Amino acid sequence: MATYYFDNSATTRPYDMVIDLMAHIMSEEYGNPSSLHRMGMEAEGYVRTAREQVAKAMGASPEEIYFTSGGSESDNTAIFGGAYKGRRQGRKILTSCIEHPAVLESFARLKEEGFETVLLPVDKNGVLDMEAFDREMDEDVILISLMHVNNETGVIQPVEEVAKKKGHALLHVDMVQSFGKLPIDLHGALSGVDMASISGHKIHGPKGTGALYIRRGLNIRPFLVGGGQEKGLRSGTENVPAIAGLGLAAQTIYINRERKNEHLREIRDYMRGWFEENVDHILLNSSEDGAPHILSISFEKTRGEVLLHTLEQSGIYVSTGSACSSNKKGQSHVIKAMGRTDKQVEGTLRFSLCDSCTMDEAKFVCEKTKEAVERFRRLGSFR
Amino acid sequence: MTEVNNTAMQEEERNVFIVRCGEAALKGQNKPYFEKMLVERIKRLLHKYEGVEVRRREGLVFVYADKKIAKDEIIHQIGKVFGVASISPAVTCEPTMEAVYATAVDYMKQLIEERGIKTFKVEAKRADKSFPVTSPEIARRVGAAVLKGCKVLKVDVHDPDVVLFVDMRSDKAYLYQQKIKGFGGLPLGTNGKGLVLLSGGIDSPVAAFMMAKRGMAIEAVHFHSYPYTSERAQQKVEELASILAIYCSRFKMHVINLLPIQEQIVMHCREEETTIMVRRFMMRIAQAVAKEKGCDMLITGESLGQVASQTSDALVCTDAVCDIPVMRPLIAMDKVDIMDIARDIDTYETSIQPYEDCCTVFLPKHPLTRPKLKRIEESESKLDVDALVKAAVESLETIEIFPR
Repeated sequence: MATYYFDNSATTRPYDMVIDLMAHIMSEEYGNPSSLHRMGMEAEGYVRTAREQVAKAMGASPEEIYFTSGGSESDNTAIFGGAYKGRRQGRKILTSCIEHPAVLESFARLKEEGFETVLLPVDKNGVLDMEAFDREMDEDVILISLMHVNNETGVIQPVEEVAKKKGHALLHVDMVQSFGKLPIDLHGALSGVDMASISGHKIHGPKGTGALYIRRGLNIRPFLVGGGQEKGLRSGTENVPAIAGLGLAAQTIYINRERKNEHLREIRDYMRGWFEENVDHILLNSSEDGAPHILSISFEKTRGEVLLHTLEQSGIYVSTGSACSSNKKGQSHVIKAMGRTDKQVEGTLRFSLCDSCTMDEAKFVCEKTKEAVERFRRLGSFR
Repeated sequence: MTEVNNTAMQEEERNVFIVRCGEAALKGQNKPYFEKMLVERIKRLLHKYEGVEVRRREGLVFVYADKKIAKDEIIHQIGKVFGVASISPAVTCEPTMEAVYATAVDYMKQLIEERGIKTFKVEAKRADKSFPVTSPEIARRVGAAVLKGCKVLKVDVHDPDVVLFVDMRSDKAYLYQQKIKGFGGLPLGTNGKGLVLLSGGIDSPVAAFMMAKRGMAIEAVHFHSYPYTSERAQQKVEELASILAIYCSRFKMHVINLLPIQEQIVMHCREEETTIMVRRFMMRIAQAVAKEKGCDMLITGESLGQVASQTSDALVCTDAVCDIPVMRPLIAMDKVDIMDIARDIDTYETSIQPYEDCCTVFLPKHPLTRPKLKRIEESESKLDVDALVKAAVESLETIEIFPR
């Protein structure tokens, strides 16, 4: 059975050349960058190259890039580091209510530690409520954490606007879903961002790898201590093959990016239009000007999980909310925050694309989704 | 002479455990059979360790294990064997009074060091009735020897820190001070075979465990509603089954998709009757599977009044479709007590993973709690019951479950 992988916001298939490069490093050039001999230097070379590749992709300098184990670790390091850094200036930290659990749970922990945390609401389109932001923004705010693109809806958040209003607070941006899709220029349009998280496995790189951008001159407290790797911010022997894979993926995904995005938009818009035309009682959770690769739709009077398993029988892989929360019984906090009822949230599917998705695949996915929805609605379940 | 010394040496390198068979020993004529089954089960559970020997002698089972294997590990394993009443790690010596005195003093010195005991008493018995000293006399003399050898100890016959048991047997004298309780029950496979309806919840694994504890061999049937339930839900049930297999030995689990039947019921019958009707189909299918697989009876985790399908009226309706016995070992138990057993046998944590099962998929808002058999039978007449059951039984897939 053919595979229709439409769950690229959960994770992506690594590029073949990433796999080849990593296999080569693991089997041939497995040195430790800290070793004094030549093999150590070769390994160090891979890490340096990767740092340059990631820095270029983010519009930053190599010395501003710190490798981590992924998006969650980057978020944790930035948020705890940022909050502790500013605790003498104030105790208030802001984020939105639609963040990834790595951010929300970090905030919850900091609240226990005595920080005043504010989870800002979003409007019905899933965009940060700027009025609420303005109301909460004051001298006491020392840290703001805001995601660039929401992982469940693809909605782009007003990061630049927040950056202009941040005052003396530090601004951390979770770019896990935007990196590789949107242009990221941390020395240009996004220069107000102090820290930014990215992840390898969302951009056809390996799992267990990511990076944290920390603006030059900003020193935060390390999360892991030990051998002093990554300039002391993140001790532990560098995961050289994964870091090299991340670097190569970061470089590759931005080649011809504008053309690739047009391709993604074309497929996404086709699917959205098709569903609007052919399936009744649907709610769109994604907007046209959102990230090009995510389409979230609530099919009323269905249950996302059942649709998911029905589609799986045709080799189609999608997700309900996000992969991070789909193991739990809880419903998407993101879609709910947009003012949807429990019933509406229940029938939500997220289709997330990658550059190699084709229009033919999308058509097949649409047809099968319609069948699944209709079957469910015919049979129903009583709740 | 050399041979005797060799044996003594060997004994010293091994830990000895006395295993009591409890109820199994009471079964008169069948006693040797039960004991043999018990020894087989213990052997099978311990065969992953090297240097273990299991022997049956004079109504007891003796386990000898290499000292390299932790005592607790052996006790933990034997404790899982149905039919074991208690286990005592023991020390042994030649069956003479002098040898016992010396061994008892050493043994008590060790307990003083490990646990700081201050008081003790001695209880003795002779399995070897030809031994010239009577039991009370053995106890008295060993007590005197211990008092002399361990100055810090005093005798307390009412509430001693330690009771030292001395068992004079023809081959050896056995000294021990602990009786660690086993599960009791009867050795597995001494009481027919039952087919348990395993759902993935807390109750059904406990029901299977309780019947297996009475010696019943187990097979299982699991119903799912894929794609309304997920593959993870089935994975969870397989995991539960593999925990059960620790006690029940490897067994077969038959897996059946109930969705085609649920679809028919939802389309043709009244909403509030769904639960009870699905339940009746489950029992019918399980019964057909039981007959095909040579199981004598069904086992369910039902507990009176726990949910709509387990009220007395509902049980009348579900029981009406069965002509083989249905064992409901939890029927009169409270949920909290069932949960306690689930924790005890290690199934609880797995059971509470929140995956939807086939019973909750088409849960009506207000299920009937007092269904009337006649009315249910009328509703059912709209369906081709026999054909649906037959198709379900034919769709069965069998998975071999191995102990985790």
